[in-house]
Amino acid sequence: MLNINNLHVQLEEEDKQILKGVNLTVEPGKVHAIMGPNGSGKSTLSYVLSGKGGYEVTEGSATLDGQDLLEQEAEERAAAGLFLAFQYPVEIPGVGNMTFLRTAVNAQRKARGEDELSAAEFLKEVRAQAKSLKIDAEMLKRPVNVGFSGGEKKRNEILQMAMLQPKMCILDETDSGLDVDAMKLVAEGVNALRSENRGFLVITHYQRLLDHIKPDVVHIMANGRIVKTGGPELALEVENNGYADILAEVE
Amino acid sequence: MALPELNQTATQARLSSLSQPEGGCLAGARHAALSRVQTTGLPGRRDEYWKYTQPDTLVQAVAPEASVFHHDEEPMFGGFDRLKIVFVDGVFDESASDDLELEGVRIDRISDISNQDIHWAKDLYGVLEARGQSPVARPLAALNTAFAREGVAIHVTGKPSKPINLIYMHKSEKSDVMLHHVIRVDPGASATILENGPAASRFNKCTEIDIADGASLHLICAQGRDHERRAATHMFARLGKETTFKSFTLTVNGVLTRNETVVELLGDNAVAHVSGACVGDGDFHHDDTVFVTHDAVNCESRQVFKKVLRNGATGVFQGKILVKNKAQKTDGYQISQALMLDDDSQFLAKPELEIYADDVVCSHGSTSGAIDENALFYLRSRGIPNDAATDLLTLAFLGEAVDEIEDQEIATDIVERLENWLIRRR
Repeated sequence: MLNINNLHVQLEEEDKQILKGVNLTVEPGKVHAIMGPNGSGKSTLSYVLSGKGGYEVTEGSATLDGQDLLEQEAEERAAAGLFLAFQYPVEIPGVGNMTFLRTAVNAQRKARGEDELSAAEFLKEVRAQAKSLKIDAEMLKRPVNVGFSGGEKKRNEILQMAMLQPKMCILDETDSGLDVDAMKLVAEGVNALRSENRGFLVITHYQRLLDHIKPDVVHIMANGRIVKTGGPELALEVENNGYADILAEVE
Repeated sequence: MALPELNQTATQARLSSLSQPEGGCLAGARHAALSRVQTTGLPGRRDEYWKYTQPDTLVQAVAPEASVFHHDEEPMFGGFDRLKIVFVDGVFDESASDDLELEGVRIDRISDISNQDIHWAKDLYGVLEARGQSPVARPLAALNTAFAREGVAIHVTGKPSKPINLIYMHKSEKSDVMLHHVIRVDPGASATILENGPAASRFNKCTEIDIADGASLHLICAQGRDHERRAATHMFARLGKETTFKSFTLTVNGVLTRNETVVELLGDNAVAHVSGACVGDGDFHHDDTVFVTHDAVNCESRQVFKKVLRNGATGVFQGKILVKNKAQKTDGYQISQALMLDDDSQFLAKPELEIYADDVVCSHGSTSGAIDENALFYLRSRGIPNDAATDLLTLAFLGEAVDEIEDQEIATDIVERLENWLIRRR
């Protein structure tokens, strides 16, 4: 599904290499986790895949179902089925959450040549999804993420994911800033979306999120590369011993 | 103080191109206004109050021609039940206008008033304009008082069942028009007045508004879509006790617009909201100049002005809140913001507060900036194409001003027109 091959990325503004040859394949139905110390390039990887500006790909490729992602605009990648749950969801004053969701859903449908959802169809769907994430009607009416608590912002990300039904979901530190209950709620939302056709890439610092979203594969990223890959037990090892041992072993 | 020679010459040239209506009950007010113009002179480039907007073309004896802009958009407010009063290049069009009879309001033409003796109109015409000449001179308004032959006198005595719509058509490339309106809202009465259209190649409008205790007035004005037209408008409002005054102005295109608003809150617990949204590109120049005086206790004022500028357009804001020493418990707010859609546009802002009371809340802010890249990426990452995402953020930026419109249907209609303006420029 998602194929990343020897991906090298540097910042556009300065001559600083961030990703130094990332190789990664996520199969449909699987949950891959990426862990790694601060500054290892995890968030950069998520931004580059989703099409944020400011980065230059100097080598390598990334494809989703065989389509070259790196050639596409951010909105084309989204319509092709890629979704990034932001570490810091952006506040957009003046744009209602509902308007935003409906515009996004229908823009993607249009890009794929599908009929747009009617207001009634959309409303029915969004209410059902919101209810399972404990998002109340008031939150749907408010401007996107404005005045939302940390937990509300992350639940709103999952709501968008649920509404957009992407093929490939990247979760960038979705656990940051969440208390235990909020994390459970978010994890339940993610687990409800797990299916054999959908891939997940879960970026996190901590094992605790992976207690709730069970990964199939765990990667350790350091210094712009994936340095070790294993099963769920690798995350436990990090939790118990930190990254030092693993990094020393790889060096 | 002697006038700069340049101003004097320009003022004389302009005055000699005009003739005052003769006789009638407004003659005294007109003569007094003429002497105000002669004393202050018309604005010149060196005037501090005209530092950011060049007044030359507004002052010169012959108005620059402006072609008539044809478009197929539905006329503004067309879908609403309203009483229409139509002016074509400043000339009252009786056949296109509705019957001026409406319960709760008495409407007369200024040209008719001269021959009658309507006390309230006589007591208002030129009076608020004259008060508004201090502390800053507004000679184009005095010029209007002195020379305007047409306009309406609206006396709101109750609660008319529908809004009054002044429609200003522009059909002649050479039209140079002055309209003067006086509006009086009796105690406890309320009305909505809608205005729309470019009016003329050069338009000078002066509106004097007297809102009595417990009364309210809503004004929504749209200045048409003509690209080459010029306009200098003045609105003078005097608010009594427990009154509400709300005004919103939409400006789309226009090579030169100067909208001056002067509000005096003279009765306790009065509320005044003055707002505007404008969108323009290229040689668009748009100036909002606002002066709000608090002279009573526990009043609220809001100034909300938003400008979307692209492709070399210029926006100007000069806004002042003056809180006099007895105006305790004042709640004043002023925001002026420009969204620049490219690097060529500019926004010049002069926000001012002058406060003599000690128990007041006054906040003001002025910003200019580009589209927020993070917000744009967030929208695009959800599949919203770049153009649509930019438009969504631009409309969101204008939202705070548009939200000042109480009528939701009108607000929605205006948002759609703004969106169409943006879409045409994709």
